[in-house]
Amino acid sequence: MPRKPIARFSISSLSVLAPDGSVDRRLEPKLSDDELRTLYRAMVLAREADGRMLKLQRQGRIGTFPLCTGQEASACGVALAMGKSDWLVPAFREVGALLMRGIPIEQVLALYAGYEEGNRIPASLRTLPMAIPVGSQIPHAPGLAYAARLRGEQDTAVVCFFGDGATSEGDFHEAVNFAAVWKVPVVFVCQNNGWAISLPTGEQTASATIAQKAIAYGIPGIQVDGNDALAVYRATAEALDRARKGEGPTLIETVTYRLMMHTTSDDPSKYREDAEVEDWWAKDPIPRFRTYLEGKGLWDGDLEEALQAEIKDTIDGAVTRFESQLDVPPDTPFDHVLGTDHAFVDEQRAAFLDARGGENADG
Amino acid sequence: MAKLNMVQAINLALHEEMARDDSVLILGEDVGEDEGVFRVTAGLHEAFGTQRVVDTPLAEGAILGTAIGMALGGLRPVAEMQFSGFSYLMIPQLENHAARYRSRTHGEYSVPLVVRMPYGGGVRALEHHSESREAFYGHMPGIKTVIPSGPRNARALLAASIRDPDPVVFMEPKRSYRAFREEVPDEPEVMEIGRAEVVQEGTDLTLISWGAMMRPTLDAARRAGDQRGASVEVIDLLTIAPLDAETLARSVRKTGRCVVVQEAPRSYGPSSEIVAQINDRALMYLEAPVARVTHYDVITPQFARENLYLPSPERVLQAIEQTLDF
Repeated sequence: MPRKPIARFSISSLSVLAPDGSVDRRLEPKLSDDELRTLYRAMVLAREADGRMLKLQRQGRIGTFPLCTGQEASACGVALAMGKSDWLVPAFREVGALLMRGIPIEQVLALYAGYEEGNRIPASLRTLPMAIPVGSQIPHAPGLAYAARLRGEQDTAVVCFFGDGATSEGDFHEAVNFAAVWKVPVVFVCQNNGWAISLPTGEQTASATIAQKAIAYGIPGIQVDGNDALAVYRATAEALDRARKGEGPTLIETVTYRLMMHTTSDDPSKYREDAEVEDWWAKDPIPRFRTYLEGKGLWDGDLEEALQAEIKDTIDGAVTRFESQLDVPPDTPFDHVLGTDHAFVDEQRAAFLDARGGENADG
Repeated sequence: MAKLNMVQAINLALHEEMARDDSVLILGEDVGEDEGVFRVTAGLHEAFGTQRVVDTPLAEGAILGTAIGMALGGLRPVAEMQFSGFSYLMIPQLENHAARYRSRTHGEYSVPLVVRMPYGGGVRALEHHSESREAFYGHMPGIKTVIPSGPRNARALLAASIRDPDPVVFMEPKRSYRAFREEVPDEPEVMEIGRAEVVQEGTDLTLISWGAMMRPTLDAARRAGDQRGASVEVIDLLTIAPLDAETLARSVRKTGRCVVVQEAPRSYGPSSEIVAQINDRALMYLEAPVARVTHYDVITPQFARENLYLPSPERVLQAIEQTLDF
């Protein structure tokens, strides 16, 4: 019996827009001028919102939150490719995508200020709330896709975000396997931002790419430049197209970088070199995309100035609305623990309100 | 009326609910063509097809994780854990997502799913197949935990669980699967979750149990009546959480004495909570401390020794006598 190769695999990497803003015309996606400007605004809004939230956190006006700066192309490029009937299953570093799905900034602020109201995303937006336990949201994607298919929603696909760290969790492997076996319409998007808090991707996995993990599950995997909004869009659109045609799931690895700390409680200087961060600032997705727009005659200094002013107003308005909505009833958790009436809810709510009354009276 | 054992009664409920509601589907290991290792899903794949009776890859975490996605997407999945001893792999999904989706989204989403699992000892099974861990699930706010004790209530409680708007852990005492038959009505029956049932009225002592322990419990109650004329009120808990504390307390206020019988290890189980609730609601009516007959706080022994550790009618009877004589 001979020993012979029985299977060979390769993994592609996709890049459309170089760091200097030059574009590969053969791969350039066919996006309208409006779509391109929408994508640019979404990335700038995400960046500015991140910066404002950092200030708000330092001022004690919101709590700990994870930063997204540097990953705007990866999040927003994916969201641009999605349709309204698609589901988005986020992790927690895709705020740009959430805003594109129609979630107001004040809702994100409410979440980071510790209010469940921030997670009350209208079901009609088909965008689940963020998932904090790493990777735990991934199995929900094949479940949603299975439900859509069983209910006859031909055009619905599911996009699921997670990070490089999540690919070490069993939930990732189980979910990709289920999706592949069921051949359901899911696009798995791994934002490989180089670091899972303090652990670099090279110590997270011995695989040369995360994309190649798809091969073991019998589905396509592709690596894309995650700071290249056009490449991210193109890869996502192609994967969604496959999904809608009934060809099953795809794994996309977007290679990007977390330019800031993991969360506002983290100090990355403990574990990574400034020089590495500087190198990645040079690959910032936003100036790159702006250069591309300018080259197409779609953007200029005046438009940039107007956009910055509009975004500042937008965020100011959101902060004002968020801070005017903080007077919430204290006993709401009792309303939503179960969907049916039970005596313990009434008894414990009464005890809670009694105890609170006592505290107020004392203090 | 048909005389069914518990496996047949659960199977009947699954047939009825799947026929009633297109959004109900079953997923789990070997639930399709093999019809489940206990044959609980017999005939379902033929009746409803492989899209609604789904043989999944072997991963309990993803069975529940995908079931959560299905529920968020408008279905009512019934996930089977082949044995409760393998269900711990899905606890992260239950705790992190199923339990809290309603609360964390202020009711915008709910997760109406059922996790069925055979649990408990007494069937001479392999290691990891005989534990009773309802306390894990009962401890999670946002989850309902239901344990039937016989064919009729198994069918009616499973129907209720499938129709319920919340995640329900439905633990099936596998020792009772084929142990006895009961008359089950022809018409679908639905019992309310969160209600304990007084299955035998009495005035001298309240005896509380659930699941497979109902049979030794009822046996001990009968012997206490035969041997010393004791009038024992027997309560079948049926729902572990939310606990029907008032039904228990009402009985204890009447009898003044109480024994709780639990298959699970002694500490931090439902019996501990029951004693605490009786303390809160009926302390001044007690004529004796509330006694407990439980497993011990040891790793469930393999089957050569298991019966030595499970509550027996003799141990229950002894506790009844001590409580009556206190």
